[in-house]
Amino acid sequence: MEILVCVKRVPDTSENEISVAGDGKDIQRDDLVYSVNEWDNYAVEEAIQIVDRAGGNVTVVTVGGDDSEEILRREMAMGANNGILLKDDAFEGSDGKGIATILKAVAQKSKYDLILTGAQADAGAAQVGGMLAAMMDLPYASLVNKIEIIDDKKLKIGREIEGGNQEMNEINLPCVLSIQTGINEPRYVGIRGIRKVASVEIPTYGAGDLGLAASAVGVAGAKVKKIDYFVPVLGDGAEMLEGSNEEIIAKLIELLKAKGGLK
Amino acid sequence: MAQIFAYITYKGSVADDSALELLAAAKKIDAAAKINAVVAGSGADLNAVCTAMAASYNEVWKIDNAAMAYPNAEVIRKALVNILPAGSIVLMPHDTFGMDLGPGLSIKMNAGFASDVVGIEGVDANALKLVRQEFGGQVSTHVTCDISGGAVITLRPGSFQADESKSAGGQVVDKSANAGDLTVGRKFLEVVAAEVGDVDITKAEVLVSIGRGIEDVENIGVAQELAEAMGAVVSCSRPIVDAKWMEKSRQVGTSGQTVKPKVYMAMGISGSFQHLGGIKGNPFIVAVNKNPKAPIFQVADVGVVANILEFMPELTEKIKEM
Amino acid sequence: MQPVLISPSSYLLLGFFPTWFFSFLIPVIGVGLFTYIMAKRIAPLVKAAPDQRFDRIPERMLNVAKIWLAQWRQPRYMLAGVLHILIFAGFLSLGLRSSQLVIIGLKEGFVFPGMDGLLGQAYSILKDLAATWVLIACIIAAVRRGIYKPARYAVPAKYGHDHTAEAVFVLGVISTLMLSESLFEAAAVAAQVQAGAHAEFIMPLTLAWFFKVILVNASQPTLQALHIIAYYIHDLAFFFFLCFLPMGKHFHVITSLFNVFFMRVKTGNIKPVKYGINEDELDKLESFGVKKLEDFTWKHLLDFYTCADCGRCSDNCPANAVGRPLSPRFISIKGRDKIFKNYPLRGPFLKSQPLIGDIYEEDEIWSCTTCGACEQECPIGIEYIDKIVDLRRGMVDDGMVPQSLQKPLGAIGKRGNPWGKMEKKRAEWALDKEFAAQCAVKMLDEGDQADTLYFVDSISSFDDRMQKIAQATAKILKAANIDFGVLGKSEKDSGNEVRRFGEEMLFQDLKNHNTEMIKECGASRIVTADPHALNVLNKDYSGLPQVEHISQVVAKGLEAGKLRLGKVEDESKVYAYHDPCYLGRHSGVYEDPRQALDAIEGLRRVEMLRSRDRSFCCGGGGLMLFYEPEEEERMGVLRVKMAAEAGANVIVTACPFCLVNMEDAIKVAGLEGKMEAIDFSELIAKHLVQ
Repeated sequence: MEILVCVKRVPDTSENEISVAGDGKDIQRDDLVYSVNEWDNYAVEEAIQIVDRAGGNVTVVTVGGDDSEEILRREMAMGANNGILLKDDAFEGSDGKGIATILKAVAQKSKYDLILTGAQADAGAAQVGGMLAAMMDLPYASLVNKIEIIDDKKLKIGREIEGGNQEMNEINLPCVLSIQTGINEPRYVGIRGIRKVASVEIPTYGAGDLGLAASAVGVAGAKVKKIDYFVPVLGDGAEMLEGSNEEIIAKLIELLKAKGGLK
Repeated sequence: MAQIFAYITYKGSVADDSALELLAAAKKIDAAAKINAVVAGSGADLNAVCTAMAASYNEVWKIDNAAMAYPNAEVIRKALVNILPAGSIVLMPHDTFGMDLGPGLSIKMNAGFASDVVGIEGVDANALKLVRQEFGGQVSTHVTCDISGGAVITLRPGSFQADESKSAGGQVVDKSANAGDLTVGRKFLEVVAAEVGDVDITKAEVLVSIGRGIEDVENIGVAQELAEAMGAVVSCSRPIVDAKWMEKSRQVGTSGQTVKPKVYMAMGISGSFQHLGGIKGNPFIVAVNKNPKAPIFQVADVGVVANILEFMPELTEKIKEM
Repeated sequence: MQPVLISPSSYLLLGFFPTWFFSFLIPVIGVGLFTYIMAKRIAPLVKAAPDQRFDRIPERMLNVAKIWLAQWRQPRYMLAGVLHILIFAGFLSLGLRSSQLVIIGLKEGFVFPGMDGLLGQAYSILKDLAATWVLIACIIAAVRRGIYKPARYAVPAKYGHDHTAEAVFVLGVISTLMLSESLFEAAAVAAQVQAGAHAEFIMPLTLAWFFKVILVNASQPTLQALHIIAYYIHDLAFFFFLCFLPMGKHFHVITSLFNVFFMRVKTGNIKPVKYGINEDELDKLESFGVKKLEDFTWKHLLDFYTCADCGRCSDNCPANAVGRPLSPRFISIKGRDKIFKNYPLRGPFLKSQPLIGDIYEEDEIWSCTTCGACEQECPIGIEYIDKIVDLRRGMVDDGMVPQSLQKPLGAIGKRGNPWGKMEKKRAEWALDKEFAAQCAVKMLDEGDQADTLYFVDSISSFDDRMQKIAQATAKILKAANIDFGVLGKSEKDSGNEVRRFGEEMLFQDLKNHNTEMIKECGASRIVTADPHALNVLNKDYSGLPQVEHISQVVAKGLEAGKLRLGKVEDESKVYAYHDPCYLGRHSGVYEDPRQALDAIEGLRRVEMLRSRDRSFCCGGGGLMLFYEPEEEERMGVLRVKMAAEAGANVIVTACPFCLVNMEDAIKVAGLEGKMEAIDFSELIAKHLVQ
């Protein structure tokens, strides 16, 4: 099975405290460390496990700058066979649809039986997988937490739905699936693994290589634009509720209601 | 302004809580507009929901088709593309269904797409100004969405105060005949229920989390009752798991689960740094602890100095009375 | 002297068949078979990974003299130890006699050169005594193993069948050797006495003496028959035993001498990934660590052969004690059985398969805290830590790392600490206003200069609670008038656990970074309060100034009169000092912290049953804090209970990880209010007198 996995380089939220930069136009990026989006990493692991069972190749692709090469190498160290970097100034400022447009172009350059994306990213909108599927007229399922191969035409998949329940579906190949965390246990990638693939060549394609019009992607093609960042208003330290238990509880219930803590 | 549609999801014959939140959100886009709802499904439950929604929405577009007996987003997307007028604005909840349907629908409608929206700040020309969150709520952003060609917007459940006015006096319009070809490449099979004791605390929006203040395994029921009353899930800190009072899957912390709830009730938890490391997404933290110097109070939003074994039952009772 | 009985060398069986034929055949077949078996046993050692065990010869000779010959570690288990010493000493004493007997079967009355005079007579007495005490020891041992069954010999179902039968069988073979040798001699002497001829002196009350007393009235043909039969029973038993040794746990009779000679002579360090490959060449290696049998070094395979299945390692293993899926004894036994299976005595050698998932499980290998109790206890120098680390290196190389460990490893790689905290916050503990007013700390990363570097390491830098240890340490250094500073954001995790958890390349990065920063800062001495940092900087880094633990600094300061400690704050408290594994067993610092504590006037201190080199691990430090083991109880809980048993109500640790585990354990054990834990530095800082 030929599998394409779309990945993204993101600030690693477990290693960073995210704050808003002075002008509000961006987050404070000076001290950030980046890694592959957690959901995408599960998708790559799943792809590798599928290929281990059924044969084929895993290709990881990302839209980004030169920095993004490091995450491609990391995923290749995990076991992905190929990496593709999609890089062009024209891609900058793309919204979800723009990214999906770019990915569609590369997905159509070869024949893939299965396209995986992460279900979401910390700074994303959980949108690219569904958009890509619709653009390519492929069946789609989101939040996939189980994949079984039925035959070379069909998969049996589980979607994680509310309450920890699992919605089982049969889906035709080729298809696009967005992968939920917890579907597997991604393997560890050490420094050594990354060094082993340090010199593997990673092809880079720009808008021209993909036959994309500059107006379809980037800022020009974006319907959704980010204006600014701000910090949600929050108090410092705990507001200590005092008084009789009755008063405290009344006040607490009011607060819980306001914060969505009561259903 | 384009026509706004709220996509109503339902279970049994009852519309999801989001149904009236969508209405409130729609009115934030255009206070004067007459808002329509669209409901897809099959049979008596569908009819009941449509009828109920007519009180709140101007027109309720009903799509009845056996293929939609279970809400398969792929099938429903095809029907919506055939039925909804070009340029419409479609609102839906940002839940596991909305995430399945929204992105693809926006492509097929050639509309803008914004997801997991927590605030709507109005329209300027064709730009709809929205509030979203990033990095688990550590920062918020303003985004604009070009709605000149329509838009699909998913809204975070609970972010908008439901519009309970029921003043629309609307009608149900059967659009079933326009659904068109509904063949898709994905077939729903079944829902496998989560195993008992296999609660995923990482997905819970409200957590009642207990620490050593619970004192004894016998007292865990007190926390469970509170959680039940609140519609929450019980989680815990490491000592509770070590004492084998709860399963490992319930443990919050760096050596346990990382949770991203909206509300976190830290009951008798001192707030070790390992424990706090497992709480992400900037939830509203309520801390109740006997010790006024417990570090949890430094990070909590609201604190109460009390014995949880006395405090929790009282709180449970008051919530039940509501 | 004219012997009355006919010797086996001239005896004719049934009147025509010379028994010397057996005397010839049995040794030839025995030695031949033994040679064949040993060749098969040596084959895997030849194919194994290289090792370097021919350095530091004087220390190795000393180990042989002390640990092998003098059986130094045996009496740590008194009854078993004494029995073993008796049997071991008997074997050494009887070795010569057994060889002599083999030759006597061909050459009547043979004696080794030099053994015909007084020396020979003395030896004769010794060997009779030895045979007697060995028999007695064997009987006691057999009763102990067969009837009383000490718990540590039990074999849990998952590790296969019980080994008692083999043990008792071998005791039986040894007893047979003793009985037959004595009977052979007693029959001859009895015959001499009957004939009124000169008889060898037999030490009264020995086994041979008893036989002589019994046989002195027996008929001569009976004595003749017994003499010959006893001889061949001994001959057969001797060669059977020789060939039986390499088949199981009694292989140690042969291998222990070598194993002790080759045993670890340094403590605390971790072996390189591959001997003969230096650090710059690591990238060239195809595979890392141990994945299959032959990836172990030959010494490590020799360890497997040498394990006597005595169970002392597992009896002292904290992981085993709390029900984690690790028992060091079975690391060896399973390894040995695998060698036996893959290198069969008959038929071709089998192709090697991955060990993880076959004889070892992932959780088993991650369960080890590297506390070193097993190695400290092993009476014949078997190593475990390096094997565990090598197996982990193999797992890391194949991506088999539990999710709970992937996060902290990733964070160390990115941020230099397992929590992913920002580098610039590493020295924030020193900037706390109240603290900084009392004790200014120089920042060597910001251009300050100091003689001494205080290497803080991650946990004391970032953990709110453990920052108090850093502050206390700084106060002590200041009080001792030591010019010191910290590396601040330039310091990264020392990597003690990173290396021990098998992430060698990350460790190399940390080591190179820290080495460069330490050298650049210009300090001529390093002090730390974290024994894990102490260990790794001293043992796994190179080219750095000597690193001292704060307890050593305090002990020296007290001796030199630079530090003074006042009266104990709370006289009602009873203190127990818990030896951190990396300070005690791995670094050999046992007395300094005790001396320092005793210098606090009026401080009441008790010792736990398990202390010094038998200290019981708190649960493990570094990455072990993140690992989620399967266990029935926490090590720390057992440890605080031990402190309570000793009558203490304060546990003094000298390691931040111990403190984390102890404080947690006190809560889990429900001992809050009855027991508390405090770090050595905190306790000293509290009692400083200016």
